[in-house]
Amino acid sequence: MVTDADVPVLELEGVRKTFGSVVALADGTLTVHPGSVHALVGENGAGKSTLIKIVAGLHKRDEGVFRFRGAGAEFSSTADAKAAGIAVIYQEPTLFPDLSVTENIFMGRQPLGGGRRIDKHAMVNEALRIFDRLGVDLDPHRPAQGLSIADQQIIEIAKAISLDAHLLIMDEPTAALSGMEVERLFNVTRSLRDEGRGIVFISHRFDEVFDLSDTITVMRDGSYIGTVATDETTNDELVTMMVGREVKDLYPKTPAEIGEAVLEVEGLNSAGTFHDVSFNVRAGEIVGLAGLVGAGRSEIARAVFGVDPYDSGTVKLAGQHIPKHRPAAAIEAGMALVPEDRRQQGLVVESSVAENIGAAIRGHLQKFGIITRSAENRAASSWAGRLQVKTAAMSMNAATMSGGNQQKVVIAKWLATDPKLLIIDEPTRGIDVGTKSEVHRLLSQLAGEGMAILMISSELPEVLGMADRVLVVSEGRITAELAREDATPEKVMHAATVRREEAIENSGSSPADHLATAGEVNGR
Amino acid sequence: MSSTTHAETGTPAAENVTLGDAAPRTYKDFHRPWWFRTFITTEFLIIALLALVWIWANISVDNFSGPLTVRYLLMDIAPLLMIALPMTLIIVTGQIDLSVASVMGLSSVVVGIAHVQWGLSLPVAGLLAIVVGIACGAFNGFFVAYVKLPSLAVTIGTLALFRGLAVGLLGTTALTDFDPQWTSLATASLGDTRLPLVVVPVVVLILVFVVLLHFTPFGRGLYDIGHNDLTARFSGVNVARSQMITFILSGGVSAFAGIYYTLRFGNSRGDNAMGLELEVIAAVLLGGVLIFGGRGALHGVLAGVLLIGVISSALRLEGVTVNVINIIIGILLIASVITPQIVAGLQRRSPKKRKVAP
Repeated sequence: MVTDADVPVLELEGVRKTFGSVVALADGTLTVHPGSVHALVGENGAGKSTLIKIVAGLHKRDEGVFRFRGAGAEFSSTADAKAAGIAVIYQEPTLFPDLSVTENIFMGRQPLGGGRRIDKHAMVNEALRIFDRLGVDLDPHRPAQGLSIADQQIIEIAKAISLDAHLLIMDEPTAALSGMEVERLFNVTRSLRDEGRGIVFISHRFDEVFDLSDTITVMRDGSYIGTVATDETTNDELVTMMVGREVKDLYPKTPAEIGEAVLEVEGLNSAGTFHDVSFNVRAGEIVGLAGLVGAGRSEIARAVFGVDPYDSGTVKLAGQHIPKHRPAAAIEAGMALVPEDRRQQGLVVESSVAENIGAAIRGHLQKFGIITRSAENRAASSWAGRLQVKTAAMSMNAATMSGGNQQKVVIAKWLATDPKLLIIDEPTRGIDVGTKSEVHRLLSQLAGEGMAILMISSELPEVLGMADRVLVVSEGRITAELAREDATPEKVMHAATVRREEAIENSGSSPADHLATAGEVNGR
Repeated sequence: MSSTTHAETGTPAAENVTLGDAAPRTYKDFHRPWWFRTFITTEFLIIALLALVWIWANISVDNFSGPLTVRYLLMDIAPLLMIALPMTLIIVTGQIDLSVASVMGLSSVVVGIAHVQWGLSLPVAGLLAIVVGIACGAFNGFFVAYVKLPSLAVTIGTLALFRGLAVGLLGTTALTDFDPQWTSLATASLGDTRLPLVVVPVVVLILVFVVLLHFTPFGRGLYDIGHNDLTARFSGVNVARSQMITFILSGGVSAFAGIYYTLRFGNSRGDNAMGLELEVIAAVLLGGVLIFGGRGALHGVLAGVLLIGVISSALRLEGVTVNVINIIIGILLIASVITPQIVAGLQRRSPKKRKVAP
């Protein structure tokens, strides 16, 4: 690829976008050079997504300069932006599940052979050539259905390469990936960078930002804050820029008095998902459930809570037997589950804040079988207030809130049930640094008050920073139990991957195949 | 109940926790003034339209303001009013029941056979018909809620099945030899008023369903199921049981409507109330209930049924043919599907793209 290194691929200056009276982006400024990985960081609601959508042709800017490869750019649709050479890879790719990998890559611009028929042979060859260049091993004929999110992203990247995109934007691509998958994505990204393409990388994970990027631009409240070279900045400096104040302690774990066992799980089995799972969580204790995505952690939590059935085993809460597959009974007994997918499992996004927070306690809000709006509002606003949820009124739709605020609503909904045990799955996925540390402080406080907490997290620093005890899950089995003092990243990762590596060695299959299968289990 | 007992007996963990050093925030209950919430709604639009049509009919349609119009109007639409209630619950959960008119027909045949042929008293025969209706609803509900089949497919099947049973039981004959004491009751007046007696069970049913849908945890759960049944399950809503209940209610109420229909016309036939299911669904949608579930309110539905009733009755008095009336109601229905979007546009100040489900 021949690109003039002096001309930035993308230049934005003072770009502004409003929706009615809401200013989504006040001052979008970003300059991306070819052959560079440019990280864009900021809290949720900082305007990153709006900026990306303008570049991708999804929104039209109200004001400001937008130059692409040195020339003024006016995109009226995403097709325009694509044609100009801009490719966007989203957190969750949208492929056609029933079409093959190859067909997905060439969707809408299939190469034509004789008689204007689609030249399938050329298509497959080109796909193989791209996979080869990316160093990934994917079957071009298999349908997209059942591919892990990581592999789906690779297909999106292949699409971008086949388009010969000059600018690649990756919007939180790693949020749903495991460690190995992230490493592969990064290698691919580096090779694209070395070909002279410009890359914008959005992530909430600082270790990744420092690992991958060479330049970092920080945004806050819809405005440009500053651009720094990655090797000249520090973690703390970035956080300060993002939050506008110093966030002292990201993991404010305070030691709590640990009491009796609250949750006791004995020999839980579910064919094909998890096997012989036994553990307990005591009052005042935070137990971290670590492992790779797809290892079966969420499935265990869902079975314990009763959303999913299990084949054998027992679950006891405070000595009381919890019946299988009955969430209502688990809630009544004092169990709460903040699920991993806020929008699909935690919230009814079309409903109001009050209805969402009241959703799990309706049985207690009723009087003589009658539930009123005012009872709901009273209970909900008390909990929203304690968690500092940002909303104009209790009747506001949950759909319009930022990720961090939505997470607070879900947590409020479950704390309102007054649980003895709080299971929290990916407590801080996709939420900003400020809210993240608020959630961590909250968990620490709750444990301090004697609540038992089972925390599932794919972020190792979070697990190590918050948990009193770490259980590592690999392929549906608990492979290690580590006390807080003993838990190191190496030990956790070893326990999380040990079986997997053995299996790979034995079967001789490639890691990519293996991860794809894990992704299927997770995506089911 | 754990929450209340905890509050009385001790301090639960969650109660002591607040986030940050600041005092807890306080919130307004609503972000819109009361008049906005009342008047800028689909339901109010239908009520306003109903009022307009009512006034127009009283002024310019001959005989509409006469003493018998309201009476016959209410007697005509009573089955619609009744069945629209459980139908609203079902559509709010994102499902549909196309078998309601067939259940009415089957109930008509059952009550006819039991009363006329077997000589059972009418209350006993009616009870039997309602039990049969509930069984029909449970049959639908079982396949929708527990086997997880799409309700559209299940109830298209039972639409034919229940109608087939009804016609099969009686053939092409009609039973008409009903106890006159009961048939006259179906057309009797409420005391000295001009209202028909049937408004009493209709009003009772309306009150029951309004409370059920709008003021109980069960009703709130139905909306959750319609929006996002996964979140509903995670919140402890028993999705399958809730769906089962809505279909059983539908079967029971349809059977009751079938008994009323039989007594009113004094005949029990297998093809009674044929095609009524589409009128019911049209009225529910006209009343602002979203066909995809999650949205709608019973006052809108009642206005929708009355609107269809008043328009048909007024146009009939004007000498307009049934075909033209159907065309007008069809246009209204399409307009009613568009208006919620216009209303939603008014309610939303900032234009946001609707998220398309993947």
